Amino acid sequence: MKLTTSLNGVTYRFTGIPDVLAKANEPKAGDRLQGIAAHTASERVAAKVVLSELTVGDLTENPTVPFDDDEVTRVNWEGLNQTGYQSKKNMTIGELREWVLSHDTTPDELKRSGRSFTGEVAAAVAKIMTAMDLVYAASKIHHTTHCRTEIGQPGTLSYRCQPNSTTDDPDAILLGVMEGLTFGCGDACIGINPVNDDAANTKRIADPLFDFMCQWGVPTQLVVLSHVTTQMEALRHGAPLSMVFQSIAGTQAANDDFGVNKALLQEAYELARTQGTCQGPNLLYFETGQGSEVSIGRDCGVDEMTLEARTYGFGRYFRPFMVNNVTGFIGPETIYDGKEMIRGNLEDHFMGKFLGLPMGMAPCWTNHTSITMDDQQMATMLLSMAGANYFMGVPLADDVMLAYQDTSYHDDATLRELLGRTPAPEFHQWMMSLDLIDERGVLTKRAGDGSIFLK
Amino acid sequence: MNEQELRDLVRSTLTRVMGDPAFDAPPAGSTGPARPSQVAAVDPGEIPDIRAVDYRQVYAVPNPANPEGFQRIKATTWARLGQGRCGPRYTTAAVLRFLADNATAMDAVFNDVSDDVIARLGLFSVQTVCQSRDDFLTYPDKGAQFDPAVLAEIKAKCQPNPQVQVFVADGLSSTAVEANVPALLPAFEQGLKLKGLTMGTPFFVKYGRVRSMEPISEALGATVTCVLIGERPGLATAESLSAYLAYQARVGMSEALRTCLSNIHREGTNAAEAGAHLAELAAEIIRQKASGIDLQTA
Repeated sequence: MKLTTSLNGVTYRFTGIPDVLAKANEPKAGDRLQGIAAHTASERVAAKVVLSELTVGDLTENPTVPFDDDEVTRVNWEGLNQTGYQSKKNMTIGELREWVLSHDTTPDELKRSGRSFTGEVAAAVAKIMTAMDLVYAASKIHHTTHCRTEIGQPGTLSYRCQPNSTTDDPDAILLGVMEGLTFGCGDACIGINPVNDDAANTKRIADPLFDFMCQWGVPTQLVVLSHVTTQMEALRHGAPLSMVFQSIAGTQAANDDFGVNKALLQEAYELARTQGTCQGPNLLYFETGQGSEVSIGRDCGVDEMTLEARTYGFGRYFRPFMVNNVTGFIGPETIYDGKEMIRGNLEDHFMGKFLGLPMGMAPCWTNHTSITMDDQQMATMLLSMAGANYFMGVPLADDVMLAYQDTSYHDDATLRELLGRTPAPEFHQWMMSLDLIDERGVLTKRAGDGSIFLK
Repeated sequence: MNEQELRDLVRSTLTRVMGDPAFDAPPAGSTGPARPSQVAAVDPGEIPDIRAVDYRQVYAVPNPANPEGFQRIKATTWARLGQGRCGPRYTTAAVLRFLADNATAMDAVFNDVSDDVIARLGLFSVQTVCQSRDDFLTYPDKGAQFDPAVLAEIKAKCQPNPQVQVFVADGLSSTAVEANVPALLPAFEQGLKLKGLTMGTPFFVKYGRVRSMEPISEALGATVTCVLIGERPGLATAESLSAYLAYQARVGMSEALRTCLSNIHREGTNAAEAGAHLAELAAEIIRQKASGIDLQTA
C-alpha cells in the first residue's frame, strides 16, 4: 500500500486511507469545515493517483472507522458476498473504474457484484470518476424492488408524492396527493413527513390516505416519515403503513443520535412484514445525505462522501424498497453551491446503485445558499439520464413544512416526457384508466386537475 | 507583407466568408419593411407587486371538475396547489412568484442589516470572528466566537451584571431584524420595567449565531441573556425572528437549556406582542432560576 506520490517533482505524502479519501474528494464544504480537504488542485489529483493504486482489499480491510468501534463498519463487512469480494480484492481502484465502465462488463455482472464491495470501495472508485463517468456507470445498473408494486424497471421513472402540511392537516395533505397523482407523481409511494412525531398522529395522517387509495384503487405504497420507533408503535395500533422509513448515517455515532441501529431496523422489518399492508419482500425506506454526520459532529474525521457510501453499505443489508439521498438539505456548511450539489448527487446515485441499492434522488436546496432552481433542475436532468429510480414530487418545488425546495409535480411529468419513460406499470395502467396519461407517459389535458377525485 | 497588403488580405478573406458588404446592402432608395420605432412608448403606470398576491386564492386549472371543493381546502394551505401548467411546466405567473419568493429569502440571508437601522435603535455594533458572510455561513462555530478585544469592548460599553442582557444578531435573516426589532425592543424594555426588572445595554452582533449568547453572558455576568436573531427564511416569509433566552448562559451549555420564542413576524407573533411576552418569560426565568427544559411552564 503506497501513500506517497509526486506531481511536477513535488512530493505528496498522505497519512493513511482516510486522508487519501478525503483529499481525493472533489471540493465539498463539509470537508473544508472538518479541515480535511485538499489544499490545492494538485494535492487533490495526487490523492486521486494514490487512490487509484490502492486495491479493493486495502480499502475493505482498512475501514475508515475501526471495525470494533462501529456498527456501520461491521454491517458493511457483513453485507459482503465473500466469493465476490475475493474475486475482486486484488483489483486496484483504477482497474475497478475501467472494469465498471467497460463494454465487456454487462449490467447483469455489475448488479451481481454489488455485494463484493464496501462503502469505502464505492467512494474510492467514484472519487476518480468524472461527472459523465458517474452518469454512464450508473445508467448500466438497474435494481428493481417490490413492496406492493414494483419500481425501478428499465424504461420507467417513479416518484414519491410528498405534499407535507405545516399543521399535519389530513385534508390539505389529501388535496396535495390528489393533484400530485394527476401529474403522475406517487407511483413510488405517497410519503408524508409529519410535524408531530407521535404514533397517534402517524395513524391520523395515514388512515384517510389509505382509505383514498382503496377507494380509487391507487396502486402504490403509503408511508409516514416519523421516527422508526413511532411508526412501529403506529403499526402495532393498526396504522395502514406499507413500509417503515428511517434516516440513516455513515457512523454508529451518528446513527446513535438518530436513534437507530441494526437490531432496531431488523425488528422494524419484521413488524412491517407481519403487521404492514404489503407483501414486500422490500419493506423499508431510507433517507441519507452527504454532510449529515459532520453537521452533528459525528463524522469520526472521515470525509462526507465516504460516509455517505458507508451509509449505503449499511442500508443495503436490510434490502430496502427505496433509498434516496437529500444532499443539499442541510446548507452551505456541508454543500456550498450548485456545483457541489450537482456533483454530490451524481456521486450518491452511482455509489448507491453500485453497492446494490434501488436509488432514488432528492436534489434539493435551502434558501441560505447560492444554489438556485436552475442548479437543482440541472442536477435532476443529469440524474434522470443516469437512471435514478425515483425523485420527490412537491407542489411547485416548495415544501412548506420542511422549508426547503425539491423536485415538483411538474418536474416529474417533464422528466418522463423528456426521457420517454413511463410510470411503474400498474400505476401507468391506473392513470390511463382515468385518462390522465397516454401510452408513452405524456400527460393528457385532464392531468393537473386534482379536483377530479372530489366528485 | 506590408501593412496595406495585410489589410487587403484580411478584407478579401472576410468578404469571401461573410459576403461582400457593398453587395449585401439594400440598393439606395429601396423601401424595405418599416423599421421598428426607436422610441418605446413608456407607460408611467406600475406593474403590481407580485408578492402582494395571496396565491392561496389563485386557481389556474382550466375547467376543473370540482372547483368549489378544491378551492375551499386549497385556501387553507400555503402549498402551491392548483397553480396550473403549460405543457408539463409552470405557468409564467407561478414561476415568477416562486423566483420572487426565493429572491426575497436569499436577500434576507445575504444582505447586511442596514447601518441606519442599527443607529436608529441606538445600538453599538460588534462582530464575531467571522470575516465575511461566506465565512459565517460555512463555519457555523465561528458565529459564536469573539476576539478578546471585542469581548473587552462589550464589557467596556455595557452595564455589568445585568438582570436581563438583550442583544440583536443578524443570524440568517437581516430582513427579520429590520422588520421586527424596532417595535420589539422598546416593548421588551417597557415590559421588564413593569416587572421591576432592568435591561442591560443592548447592542448588535454581526455574523452572530444563537450560541454567541454564551460568551456574551459570561463576559457581562448576566442573570438572563436573550438574543434576538433572524431565522433561516422560508419561501413564505423572510421576516421571521426568534428569541432565545437562557439563565446564566455558559459556553458549551446544552441546547435544551435555552427557552425559545420563534415565528416572530406579521403573520405569526407580532413584534410588540413578542416584546411583552419575552419580558414575562425573562421574569419567570429569574423567578425560577431556570430556563429551557428546566423551566416549569404554567
